[in-house]
Amino acid sequence: MAFNILNHSAVPKHEILSDDEIEEIFADVDYDISQLPKIKVNDPVSKAIGAEEGQVLKITRKSETAGIFVTYRLVSGENNQK
Amino acid sequence: MKGIIKKIDRINFGLMSPEQIREMSVVKIERPDTYDEDGYPIESGLMDSRLGVIDPSLKCRTCGEKGGECQGHFGMIELARPVIHVGFGDDIHKILRSTCTECGRVLLDDDEIEEFTEKMEELQEAGESVEDLVKDVYKICKDKKTKEVCPHCGAEQEDIKIVKPIDIIEVRKQYDENGELMTEEDGTPLTEDYDLTASEVREKLQRIPDEDAYVLGVNPEVARPEWMVLTVLPVPPVTVRPSITLDTGERSEDDLTHKLVDILRINQRLIENMDAGAPQLIVEDLWKLLQYHVTTYFDNEASGVPPARHRSGRPLKTLAQRLKGKEGRFRSNLSGKRVNFSARTVISPDPNISINEVGVPEMIAKEVTVPTYVNEWNIEELKEAILNGPNVHPGANYVKKTINGKEMKVRVLDDNRELVVENLEYGDVVMRHLKDGDIVLFNRQPSLHRMSMMAHEVRVLPYKTFRLNLCVCPPYNADFDGDEMNMHVFQTDESRAEAKSLMRVQEHILSPRFGGPIIGAIHDHISGAYLLTRDGFTVREDDAFQMIRKSHLLNNEYVDKKHLKRKNRDWTGKELFSLLLPDDLNMNYKAEICRKCETCLKEDCQYDAFVVIKDGQLTHGAIDEAAYGSFSGKILDTIVKEYGPSRAKEFLDRSTDLAICGIMKTGITTGTNDEEIPEEAIEVIDAHLDKAEQEVDKLIATYEEGLLQPLPGRSAEETLEMRIVQVLGEARDTAGEIAEGYLTMGKQSQDDSYDYVMAVENHSVVMARTGARASMLNLTQITACVGQQAVRGGRIERGYINRTLPHFKKGELGAKAKGFVHSSYKSGLDPIEFFFHAMGGREGLVDTAVRTSRSGYMQRRLVSALEDLKLTADGSIRNTADTIIQFRYGEDGTDPTRSVGGKVIDMDDLFTEVLGDDADALLRLDSRDVGEDYGSREKDEMEYFEEENSDYESETEYESE
Repeated sequence: MAFNILNHSAVPKHEILSDDEIEEIFADVDYDISQLPKIKVNDPVSKAIGAEEGQVLKITRKSETAGIFVTYRLVSGENNQK
Repeated sequence: MKGIIKKIDRINFGLMSPEQIREMSVVKIERPDTYDEDGYPIESGLMDSRLGVIDPSLKCRTCGEKGGECQGHFGMIELARPVIHVGFGDDIHKILRSTCTECGRVLLDDDEIEEFTEKMEELQEAGESVEDLVKDVYKICKDKKTKEVCPHCGAEQEDIKIVKPIDIIEVRKQYDENGELMTEEDGTPLTEDYDLTASEVREKLQRIPDEDAYVLGVNPEVARPEWMVLTVLPVPPVTVRPSITLDTGERSEDDLTHKLVDILRINQRLIENMDAGAPQLIVEDLWKLLQYHVTTYFDNEASGVPPARHRSGRPLKTLAQRLKGKEGRFRSNLSGKRVNFSARTVISPDPNISINEVGVPEMIAKEVTVPTYVNEWNIEELKEAILNGPNVHPGANYVKKTINGKEMKVRVLDDNRELVVENLEYGDVVMRHLKDGDIVLFNRQPSLHRMSMMAHEVRVLPYKTFRLNLCVCPPYNADFDGDEMNMHVFQTDESRAEAKSLMRVQEHILSPRFGGPIIGAIHDHISGAYLLTRDGFTVREDDAFQMIRKSHLLNNEYVDKKHLKRKNRDWTGKELFSLLLPDDLNMNYKAEICRKCETCLKEDCQYDAFVVIKDGQLTHGAIDEAAYGSFSGKILDTIVKEYGPSRAKEFLDRSTDLAICGIMKTGITTGTNDEEIPEEAIEVIDAHLDKAEQEVDKLIATYEEGLLQPLPGRSAEETLEMRIVQVLGEARDTAGEIAEGYLTMGKQSQDDSYDYVMAVENHSVVMARTGARASMLNLTQITACVGQQAVRGGRIERGYINRTLPHFKKGELGAKAKGFVHSSYKSGLDPIEFFFHAMGGREGLVDTAVRTSRSGYMQRRLVSALEDLKLTADGSIRNTADTIIQFRYGEDGTDPTRSVGGKVIDMDDLFTEVLGDDADALLRLDSRDVGEDYGSREKDEMEYFEEENSDYESETEYESE
């Protein structure tokens, strides 16, 4: 009976990346995963897709300028907002 | 300047302990006096010479330095009784609420304390904030405080309240003579408030052990909790609170000194009373007074404390006030400083200088200087400048020489000029006057975007105002009703080079806010260009050459000589304008004067509104705002994007010159005659408005009979209101349209071309249609009908009970009774209409005032939040910690300045470029939005606000002095 927020039109697609995918995507960049934007473990979306601390989420959303835009967020604990 | 002695490794914030204060203090202040009759500082008074000296003729008794050299030394006041520091009221309250009433231990059991301590140490090591943990501790303890006993000593707890800012109150439970807890009827314990004295608070804080203080968020090594209650007060050195000697010879003391005198007086009285064994009541009163003075000494704007006032009634400016707010030390003296080599004066227009120039008054040019290194190539020129001296224009004020590694600055005076010139050698620096061609920074506040500060070339001109080209008014948002602007002179070659490549006016023709030009033609440039380029306008050949000459098109690097040959016939305005266009320019677009007909006749447009440029020749269409106006100029936009800023600068300079020539050929004039329509038109309009009013009355009648069908989701009243507003709105629009039918630029017939040209007889309409100034709405409001006045987004409701004015019946709903203005501005408003109009106008004024302050504050917050974000080489946006904010700038990685109206590419442009003439079929001219979207929308909005307010003719000039 609980409402599935993932089906809401304003919630973009969130996917948990596997370790292989992470390695592939972040192979050629000059930053490491800890520098990614964060999403809290207890964020409603993290909870809904069952993400765990340390995982990386791939977020695919509509963009006014680019059409479709892909971002990544690191799932982090409560006290690590920064 | 002294060299760097030590490097800062880290900064530790903490509280000062009483011992530290005593240690750093050089004198104990006891006497509430400053100077004796002879004007000497009194020993152990507030101006004791051991606290440092200001007067350069005196020597400091502590360090022996002269006034000016000695930075001052702290003293102290031993307070007779402890006093709470205002800044820590909240913290004291939180700490006391988290600790035991009896033993002072934190209300956590040993395991919890250990757990929290460990977590905190971990975070501290990682360099992260422990704030959240401290909050958690407070939350847990606060709950226990009211419900449980102390886990350490088992004592019952009393809750603590705070009355801001500094009164700490213990809520004591009441017990009867048997030791039983007394309760209200509903079972809640009976309580009594007890005011804790500062001494009691200090004792309680003192009882907290170091380990417990740590989990409370206080590092006991640098800040013991009890240090938040003062027992000794540091006295700042006199250099912090200098006294001023007035012209009358009277001494006037700083506000801080005044406050310290108060503190000392009460402190002395308290000591005397205590020594004499005065009654408790008197001592307590004096103690409270001491607390008040110390409180206001720190913060004179603490809520709940009446501010201490000067004899004149002005509130004193104490420590917190020195730092806080816009005029405080941070925002006014540290983030923003006053600078040398800058000038400020009134601005005025000069259409004869280029957009990247600024006219600088000679007076200013002689004051602000450019440091110039002497070398082989400029020595002669500089020698001449020195000989001219500081008072003759291309002169010099100082010469800087380096002799034996020591820098010397020599002032150029009447009697040493020859000597200075003789000794001038390569490598010296001459501070020469500002001269033509120098690059300076020009700025108008509020500096809301980067175009508010641009680099201009200097033009030294007579008189006392800064002169600027009219095209740069929009980016600065400047007008000439008394605006002032600032100029800064670059002092290094690096800064000058940087400004020249990044900040020059031509680099900013396109605004990054929308991908279109923000610098462009305004007002007369637009009407002028229209009058010149409209169909059928011709000039005699000699006049044409005169215009070419006057607009600097002869010997112009961008104008091909082949176009300047004699034609042996009259020249059309379009031919003249074509001289300005690059020879390979091809474009077509709809001009501002376009009437948006159902089917576009394109080249055959009867209004000459379809512009076609082929190989740099303007073949069809008139030039108006849509061509080269600021915010929307399409030709200008294309030239900047295709041919670069320098070409665009030249185009703008020359085209405005030509437009002014055009306007001088035809002449332009306006008056109330332009808003005249025939009597029969007025009758038609009146009949129409009467009909609308009858319709409104009919609606009201239906409503009153209860027959009005409510719209879905609306009540009958709302439906009626909506219908009335709609009917009246339409009525005004039709009235406007009828008037517009008579408001034409001139005769519309093209049969007799000579007549057609000369027929431009209504310049108000020309200005409105071409987008130069005003709008058709403005004109129809003047001629036909002003329309509905609104307050708070609806018809006027306020005033008397159930009616707007006593002229109406209660509950009347008619058009007139709720602020509909039938009259036109020209015919004049009747008193009732006038009153409603004033109501609507006033709301507009208030709105503007509110909007400016609110959007200013929002801008400040946004800037603070975004100021240190940067674009990196990989296209991502990072902050200073190098964490990613956005993976790709703007998500599409596009610089909005180089976009086409916010879009990455313009397909139409691409088709035209690749297919040439064959592209016509593919072009979507109608839906085309090149540079139109943001720019023109913004301009419309701006004009809309102006319209609302211009009725009042009160330009709310926002000068922040």
